[in-house]
Amino acid sequence: MATTAPHRPEHRADSPLSVHDVTVTYHRRPVLWDIDYDAPAGALVAIVGPNGAGKSTLIKAALGLVPVATGEVRIFGKPGMANRSLVGYVPQRESVDWDFPISALEVVAMGRYRRLGWLRPVGRADLDAARECMARVGIADLADRQIGQLSGGQQQRVFIARALAQEARLYLMDEPFAGVDASTERAIVDVLRDLRAGGRTVICVHHDLQTVPEYFDHVLLLNTRVIAAGPVSGPGAVFTPANLHKTYGGRLTLLERAAEALARAGGGVAVGPDAARVVDGATVIGGAGVEDRPHRSPGA
Amino acid sequence: MILAQMPSLLLSVDVPAVLAAVLSACVCALLGNFLLLRKMAMLGDAISHAILPGIVISFLLLGTRSTPAMLAGAAAAGVLTAVIVEVVRRLGRVEAGAAIGVVFSAMFALGVVLMERAARNVDLDADCVLYGALESIRWGAATSWASLGSAETWLAMPRQVTTLLVLGLVSAAAVVVFFKHLRLACFDSAMADALGFPSWIIHTGLTVLVAAATVASFEAVGSILVVSMLVCPPAAARHLTDRLSRQVVLSVIIAGVCAVSGYVLAIVGPEWVGFGHSLQAAGMIAVMGGVVLLACIVCGPRHGLIARRIRQRQLARTVAREDLLGALWRIEEGRAGEPAARPPVGAAGRSARREAIRAGEIESTVGGVRLTALGRERAREIIRAHRQWETYLVDELGHRPDHVHRTAEALEHVRTPGGERLAPDQPRSRDPHDREIP
Repeated sequence: MATTAPHRPEHRADSPLSVHDVTVTYHRRPVLWDIDYDAPAGALVAIVGPNGAGKSTLIKAALGLVPVATGEVRIFGKPGMANRSLVGYVPQRESVDWDFPISALEVVAMGRYRRLGWLRPVGRADLDAARECMARVGIADLADRQIGQLSGGQQQRVFIARALAQEARLYLMDEPFAGVDASTERAIVDVLRDLRAGGRTVICVHHDLQTVPEYFDHVLLLNTRVIAAGPVSGPGAVFTPANLHKTYGGRLTLLERAAEALARAGGGVAVGPDAARVVDGATVIGGAGVEDRPHRSPGA
Repeated sequence: MILAQMPSLLLSVDVPAVLAAVLSACVCALLGNFLLLRKMAMLGDAISHAILPGIVISFLLLGTRSTPAMLAGAAAAGVLTAVIVEVVRRLGRVEAGAAIGVVFSAMFALGVVLMERAARNVDLDADCVLYGALESIRWGAATSWASLGSAETWLAMPRQVTTLLVLGLVSAAAVVVFFKHLRLACFDSAMADALGFPSWIIHTGLTVLVAAATVASFEAVGSILVVSMLVCPPAAARHLTDRLSRQVVLSVIIAGVCAVSGYVLAIVGPEWVGFGHSLQAAGMIAVMGGVVLLACIVCGPRHGLIARRIRQRQLARTVAREDLLGALWRIEEGRAGEPAARPPVGAAGRSARREAIRAGEIESTVGGVRLTALGRERAREIIRAHRQWETYLVDELGHRPDHVHRTAEALEHVRTPGGERLAPDQPRSRDPHDREIP
């Protein structure tokens, strides 16, 4: 199937993040399946879903950090990494070693590295810009602390400040509110609203359903596939009990059972939209769970 | 004896040996910082062993023991090792340490077998790989102090030393120029990728340098010293500072000190104490690395065992003194004899009493001690915090009133990083045991 068409009529060319038919597999097991999504410009978007739903993976796929099996990600209308400099990233706080011998200011200044390139060193202007970003999240006085001496909330603010230092137009944040204190949460919300006021788009993996309507305009309900995407409230709202039930529903969907079966079946099984279609066909015909079938020949 | 009596031997034997040891130790320490931060210190171990088959194969293929050929073979084997470790880790689904262990022992064994079978009649020797031959480096041209004046003497510097010198300059330049990327990729490799600095390129570059440093070092000092210098000086320096730039500089200085002191102790030391023969210099340098690391673990300013012990002692003394004040307050409340009003006893109690007297918080009386005005004010603060915590634990966390005294006894001493006592403000004026919150 063609993935190089210059223009896709079904996707808006001006979308900050346009995900077309993306499937990502891990050890042959699909963790994202046929994702189609257009992020609206200038909005705060929450990605919501249960553990293992592929929320972080979607962000990493958008950043090019994990390979996509099929499909395409476009950033501000351009495929691949052409517009990557327009994206700021806040990884999960647990993803790094906070014992690392580095100061908060030095971490925030990393946001400036892209404009410095490979050879230019971090200069005074970069440090000033980094300090300004720290002030925006209320931690200007912690610049010279070793990062391990900061509280969890302060560490999260360091990561937010680093993303601000990237001066991006689209921000992808992986659980920025996870395990932070109330004042940090307020500080981050203020920053997000500032960014929106400046026409930026922020997409956050978010785990607290209660605060979704208060903090976010749009929501993407995700559980390996897109359950629903759209405004949180108002006309066409998708943040509904029915959709949430579908997202978090206890029973395994047939698709998930198929995914497990594929993971167990091992090599030689094509994973992707085509395989999914076969699985769909099988379920239509037989109605039996795919995993009930033998996948290895009896003698193997 | 050598040092004093025979300057020619000093120049032609000791000076090149010390130079080789210092250069090798410094290069390894410099690069080891980044391996350590990636929690891949064992990779240096792996590479330093796994280059052996690379060296033997390049010798078999090219038939020469020239340095560039060996460097190329070893560097290729080093990078291959890093790649195989990654493959084994992913496909075998084992942790990185196990993957490294499997790969380097297999590679080293392969090298030994190849050497025994195919290269037996050449001067490649497994012992030499492990321990090196520091003492066999000769600077023949340096026969006297006067000879140092001529350029020819310097050009005739032993090959091992010049190789290490070149590699040291290249490594230092690479670390200085790409410092921010090395730090970024070690700290947050996903961010490095997202910022457009592929972490695999940075890590591969580091691996190549480690492989090159290892092979340049191994002939002179052996792989034991390489492994030691990759790990010990950076780990020791980490205990002395919380900044990577300072850690890198300190680790290089420590490595240099280890090399010089280890050499002196191995060659000269045994003579001083009447030992007949000198010790293995590379081994002694590696031992020094361990000694320095141990010293830094014990004496480090912030994370060191002694510093931690001192902080604990100070905290314990503060707690004992505050408990004494609290007990005296309760006695003044007319609750003498109750467990909570019993002052700390024993050595801790005596020293708490001494310190409180010195601080003017209590004064001696005929029957014992009593609070001064200052002491009463401080005791009030402690009792207030204690009872606020009790109220908080019962009212807001639902603990049973008879279970909260012990917890509050610990919490009353808690202070914020700014030094203020931390306690939950309570609207009530009486605690769960119906005592006044002062």
